[in-house]
Amino acid sequence: MNSYIALSYWDLAAASTLVFINAGLSIIFRLRLHRSLLIAAIRMAVQLALVGLVLTTLFSVVSLLWTGLVALAMVLFAGHEAAQRQERPFSGWWSYGLGTGSMMMSSVLVTVFALLTALRPNPWYDPRYAIPLLGMILGNCMTGIALGLDTLSTSLVSRRAGVEAQLMLGATRQQAVAPVTRQALRSALMPTINSMAATGVVSLPGMMTGQILGGVPPAEAVKYQILVMFLIAGGTGLGAVTAVLGGVYRLTDGRHRLRLDRLRPPKPA
Amino acid sequence: MRGPSGAGKTLLLRAIADLDPNVGLVTLDGRDRSTIAGSEWRRLVGYVPAEPGWWADTVGEHFGEWTAALAFLRDLGFPEETKAWPITRLSTGERLRLALARALMVGPKVLLLDEPTAALDVASVAAVESLINARMRTGLAVLWVTHDGEQAKRVAHRLLVVEAGRVREEAPE
Repeated sequence: MNSYIALSYWDLAAASTLVFINAGLSIIFRLRLHRSLLIAAIRMAVQLALVGLVLTTLFSVVSLLWTGLVALAMVLFAGHEAAQRQERPFSGWWSYGLGTGSMMMSSVLVTVFALLTALRPNPWYDPRYAIPLLGMILGNCMTGIALGLDTLSTSLVSRRAGVEAQLMLGATRQQAVAPVTRQALRSALMPTINSMAATGVVSLPGMMTGQILGGVPPAEAVKYQILVMFLIAGGTGLGAVTAVLGGVYRLTDGRHRLRLDRLRPPKPA
Repeated sequence: MRGPSGAGKTLLLRAIADLDPNVGLVTLDGRDRSTIAGSEWRRLVGYVPAEPGWWADTVGEHFGEWTAALAFLRDLGFPEETKAWPITRLSTGERLRLALARALMVGPKVLLLDEPTAALDVASVAAVESLINARMRTGLAVLWVTHDGEQAKRVAHRLLVVEAGRVREEAPE
């Protein structure tokens, strides 16, 4: 298990020259990206170093309280990120609350399900398993929910005349927005479906590659990867359905009206 | 109903159709609107905006039962092949007549029309007026927004004027 090659700081420094080469190219081609490239690289290194420290401490205490707190912080950050990705966010607390709530419900449910049925660590909340698992599910869930909500709100704005035409003819709100709801759910789920279909042929997933580099036999790493893909698919599906249906509920009302006034005005270009 | 642009005519029609949040008492045959579900209300009170909306690609998809729709559309001069016509290739006049047909097929008691003939040629205007007139004789109530004073004389029994968000009644000329 532990036959992995440990990296020294010099190894990382050598690899970082590649980023400097990129920055050089940016200067040569006047892309004006070198500054943001270097800042992003430094941020990445510092953030990961901090995460390394946090995880080392967290793994050594194995406490339900601390695992829960870290999980909560991760969900809140993911909710913030999903809200940032909306072209037409919901007004008020809904913009943050809907994505965060759906993510919390779906990713925590799926993670706990996997911990209790497939992995069964002792104790079940062992952060060494719970936190990385939640991170992977959350990352994908966030993309799906952000895409679903963005498609829902932008499509309702662009297809408003058609939706209202159906309402004018006596359609209920569910009937009138059904095509847009379907479109939003499809765009939320497509990335997961596409990545499942391409995995192993076009790409080797990062987690599996990491395990193989860490000395895990490929057949074992593959089993873990398949488990994680199923969890991601389940979590994204559950989260996207919750978020999109919640969004439909918010953007229509009990009088079967379209309520686009509950979206924030578009961001200036 | 007449009034300068921006006076609130469309807003009033949308409020009566209950498409936007609004306050006030709206009744139909003595029934308070708030006791009727929104979707049910809009079956009783139809609204055709100046630019009707479409939610599918072809004409047929906008009419539930095509055989029933065809009987209706033939009277308006549409052939059977209309079913497969793409919405994007319809003229403004065709779109408006199809939207009127769509709204009338629901069987409303009241129809709210927002400048239905503003962009139409003379022949199409006459077709729309005669269609609505025929329906009015069988008991349909119509609230018709127009900029055309001559049209108001031809179709109106009462004349409302909207100015700066207020509605007053004028005697028809």
